[in-house]
Amino acid sequence: MLEVKDLRAGFEGSEIIKGISLSIKAGEVHAIMGPNGSGKSTLAKVLAGHPSYEVTGGEVIYNGENLLEIEPEQRALKGIFMGFQYPVEIPGVNNAEFLRMAYNARQINEGKEELDPLDFDDILTEKMKMLSMEKKYRERNLNDGFSGGEKKKNEILQMAILQPKLAVLDETDSGLDIDALRVVSDGVNKIKSADNALILITHYQRLLEYIQPDYVHVLSQGIIVKSGEKDLALELEAQGYDWLTPTN
Amino acid sequence: MKTTENTVSDVLEDKKYKYGFKTLIESDTFAKGLNEDVVRAISKKKNEPQFMLDFRLKAYAKWLTMKPPQWPNVHYPPVDFQDLSYYSAPKPKKKLESLDEVDPELLRTFEKLGIPLDEQKKLSNVAVDAVFDSVSVATTHKKKLMEVGIIFCPISEAIQEYPELIEEYMGSVVPVGDNFYAALNSAVFTDGSFVYIPPDTISPMELSTYFRINTEETGQFERTLIICADNSYVSYLEGCTAPQFDTNQLHAAVVELVTMDNAEIKYSTVQNWYAGDMETGKGGIYNFVTKRGKCVGDNSKISWTQVETGSAITWKYPSCILMGDNSVGEFYSVALTNGYMQADTGTKMIHIGKNTRSSIISKGISADHSSNSYRGQVKVNKGAANARNYSQCDSMLVGDKCSAHTFPYIESANSSVQLEHEASTSKISEEQLFYFEQRGISRENAITAVINGFCKEVFKQLPMEFAVEAQKLLTLKLENSVG
Ligand SMILES: Nc1ncnc2c1ncn2[C@@H]1O[C@H](COP(=O)(O)OP(=O)(O)O)[C@@H](O)[C@H]1O
Ligand SMILES: [Mg+2]
Repeated sequence: MLEVKDLRAGFEGSEIIKGISLSIKAGEVHAIMGPNGSGKSTLAKVLAGHPSYEVTGGEVIYNGENLLEIEPEQRALKGIFMGFQYPVEIPGVNNAEFLRMAYNARQINEGKEELDPLDFDDILTEKMKMLSMEKKYRERNLNDGFSGGEKKKNEILQMAILQPKLAVLDETDSGLDIDALRVVSDGVNKIKSADNALILITHYQRLLEYIQPDYVHVLSQGIIVKSGEKDLALELEAQGYDWLTPTN
Repeated sequence: MKTTENTVSDVLEDKKYKYGFKTLIESDTFAKGLNEDVVRAISKKKNEPQFMLDFRLKAYAKWLTMKPPQWPNVHYPPVDFQDLSYYSAPKPKKKLESLDEVDPELLRTFEKLGIPLDEQKKLSNVAVDAVFDSVSVATTHKKKLMEVGIIFCPISEAIQEYPELIEEYMGSVVPVGDNFYAALNSAVFTDGSFVYIPPDTISPMELSTYFRINTEETGQFERTLIICADNSYVSYLEGCTAPQFDTNQLHAAVVELVTMDNAEIKYSTVQNWYAGDMETGKGGIYNFVTKRGKCVGDNSKISWTQVETGSAITWKYPSCILMGDNSVGEFYSVALTNGYMQADTGTKMIHIGKNTRSSIISKGISADHSSNSYRGQVKVNKGAANARNYSQCDSMLVGDKCSAHTFPYIESANSSVQLEHEASTSKISEEQLFYFEQRGISRENAITAVINGFCKEVFKQLPMEFAVEAQKLLTLKLENSVG
């Protein structure tokens, strides 16, 4: 589904990602771990096409297409979803209405019928229930004044509604208390299938107890210093990241 | 990665100011310059009664003693008032008996602007008075309105047909010497619309005037007067465009509204005059307008809604004088500036009667190198017991080269009043737009959503079609300014 080959990217001339390769198949869950500032969010945003970052080398093939040439909006429509580490607040835009816009954008793209607010409400109600979200979140403005945890839940709500093919969740676990983490993880597990893939960016092993990864990659100073299976996460938990710092 | 140049040129390519064309039509235009003879000549051309000429001459004499206002937060080279022509009219072949006789070129012009005037195509729920340069060229639905006693006609016609109403009310809200531009308008105005709603009448349709400046060196000075008698209601819409010239055109209008007991006027404007070149700031309309309403009667109401998206310079403060007890004044405004536009706009609410209420909702959006100022005055006179005002002024910045300013003035001579003022400043950011795009929503729809959210309270005051038009306009103008 996704082939990242020797990807290099940065911000205003400084290279942050210094040659990353990843191969992800449908049905897989990859965890990306690593210390603060190692480039995890940068990788996620580059995959989503954030305009602030410049790709300086390598390639990304997504379902046979050169992803780097596709506009961010089109990437989303082709099934790439990013759960933001810091979702931006958008005052004045109603949350439910935003969700419906996003849903309908996909419907239009797939040549399907747009849903009116009433029909969409059925879907929304179901998904909100799944994430034990209170009704009031539909009336509130998008992320506006949401707590850290509420924002993260709202990201997963969007994921549940959009049913992406490839979801990149950037530290979705941080800011969630243990109950919320369980609910959110359950939600993600329900969305997960043999047809879609998941990249979980996280700091902690905690999340990986709920969502089982197939592979774990450790990112440090812009490169993957180690890849392994699930057990690697436990090792990291026990030993920290220091022993993995790249030597150069 | 996306470059901004790319989007800017894309947008300039096919989304240029689409009203920027000029109609080639034979017109009767005065030589440039202004003096007493020109004022007399205009009056003569219009075959006006003596009182009207006196009104003009008095205004002209006043104007000679006045100077352009210096206090607005706008900057432009002085206007040479001798370098303008003060009268330009499309040459009629003969006196028109019906719309069918209007020059087809003119009808086509208005049709191109989305304002079909001829009998088959005219808008069914809106009566339109179309003003081209200095003259009203056509008014639709006149007969139908006449059946319920509503007068809706060019003001030049009203001066002939209803001189008593004109003599009584013109200048009663905006006196001839009110300010520099109002005095100039009072001396040289050429046309505009007149509306009279008789007692106990709800206008069966929206009334509307569409202004079109066509000539390069003619000032446009139109004059609108709307009178709403006891227990009556009218909703009035105003729209405007102008061709694209490298020079600046002057538009100095005066609008006067009068409401009697229990009457209500709702006045909505979507202003989209040519704003000048986006990259250089060259050209564009100087929009210096005096709009004022007087709630003469008890329980009457005047509501201004404006969406200002054009003009190189806007200087405009639709105001309400709340004389009648329990009268209500409202001001809802969205003012967008981009490119090198400058806007200094706001309102004045003058509370005179008891229990008078006013509310001000102002939304300023500034982008690119533009400057956007809100200037509002709330004045409560001694007798205005229990007066109340609520003001809310929100600014939104797009990019970091633009500026927003708020100048609220509050003056109260009565201790029983309640005044409330709120203000906020926010930004539309690349980060927000990326968030939308990441969810598969286009940039255009994202801007629309954010702007609509910001302007919600104002848009919901506009008649449906106008609201849709206004939303589209704002999105179009902002698309290449974000990021
Ligand atoms: N928009 C940006 N502006 C400036 N520096 C940035 C930006 N994004 C990332 N960086 C820098 O790049 C490095 C990696 O950041 P990030 O990808 O957010 O790391 P992580 O998510 O692993 O904590 C950090 O040193 C950070 O300061
Ligand atoms: Mg991060």
